[in-house]
Amino acid sequence: MLDGKPPTERIPILKMGEFLLVTIQVEMHDRLVMTLQDELTQQIVRHRARGVLIDISALEIVDSFIGRALGNIANMARVLDAETVVVGMRPPVAITLVELGLNLEGVRTALNAEKGMALIRQRLAGTEPGRLDARGS
Amino acid sequence: MAEHTSKLATILREHESRILADWIGLLASAARSGTLDKADIEENARAFVRLLADAMRTDASGEIDGPAWAKVREMLAALSASRARAGSTPSATASFIFSFKQPLFNRLREEYRSDAEGLGRDVWIATVLLDKLGLFTTEVSQRSREDIIIRQQRELLELSTPVVTLWEGILGVPLIGTLDSERTQVVMENLLQRIVDTGASLAIIDITGVPTVDTLVAQHLLKTVGAARLMGAECIVSGIRPQIAQTIVHLGVDLGNIATKATLADALVLALARTGATVTRTAPRA
Repeated sequence: MLDGKPPTERIPILKMGEFLLVTIQVEMHDRLVMTLQDELTQQIVRHRARGVLIDISALEIVDSFIGRALGNIANMARVLDAETVVVGMRPPVAITLVELGLNLEGVRTALNAEKGMALIRQRLAGTEPGRLDARGS
Repeated sequence: MAEHTSKLATILREHESRILADWIGLLASAARSGTLDKADIEENARAFVRLLADAMRTDASGEIDGPAWAKVREMLAALSASRARAGSTPSATASFIFSFKQPLFNRLREEYRSDAEGLGRDVWIATVLLDKLGLFTTEVSQRSREDIIIRQQRELLELSTPVVTLWEGILGVPLIGTLDSERTQVVMENLLQRIVDTGASLAIIDITGVPTVDTLVAQHLLKTVGAARLMGAECIVSGIRPQIAQTIVHLGVDLGNIATKATLADALVLALARTGATVTRTAPRA
């Protein structure tokens, strides 16, 4: 499923039905995140994926570049009409990101993969309750 | 120099009772009625003069940090602590030590009579010494106050940031006191950890106890809400008092698109609706 390039370090993208699963199990660095961006967008198009789940529960350190790149990847997937959810963020990572001013606006999040998958299914079924906002009642 | 200092010690020892009597008489006339027990003052004065005479006999260098002065320091520390408990100000305690100058100098004057040079030297030595001791009591009381302040700060920080479970999947964060960056950090850590532990998807941040909301506090609130959202939990901010609402608008504070409610009750209803629970009354309103 990966291109014929030499299998250096890369992040696996798993296809499950109409969903793509990305589990980041290694420490991210700048090159890796750019590769992921390339491959994920290609695969979404190739498989006509409707949902993308990015699991970052193993990620312990983020810097501003990785944080922004994660947000970009999620937004790119959304532009390609795939419901994207980032799951499993650790508390220190979340705190770091908001301290860096990266709130990842527009990116859906969930506590774990299970909840994330439920969220994607709800979205695709059109039963998702929508974000709480100032007009929420 | 040492000769003169030792003379001071000798005078102090030989005329101890006389100086003490003078001092006690002075203290009695100066003491405001009712603030401190007279017997206590006398006892303190007696102990101080005795320890002072002892210390000067062993170490006449005038440096009160030495081991010979340990007992004097100890006594003054205890004195300062007990007086602080009794409601005395640090300066009142220091004045107590300074007031010893008058009877001591009177005695020195009588002893030296015509020897102006010797008198001048000994008065200077005694002044420097008593000033040091008086300032020492101030330092001690200041240090004990600082300790108390630090301890209370730490306790406040822990006390005021609980995260409670309001319902299955709904957390409550009642904030009390001003939200500075340190508090925000603690609140955020507690909240995020509880989100992980409980798997909650909603958190209600109640700011009833936050005295004012300015741009900085709002920024801290937004940070907390943002971090919770990254963990997959949405936040509702409740407990916004009318005054706070006015301030927020007047200052042009942007709370983004956070859901806000006037009361915790309203927020809970919204949260329950989001989790799919309904509340039904089973008995008529009383």
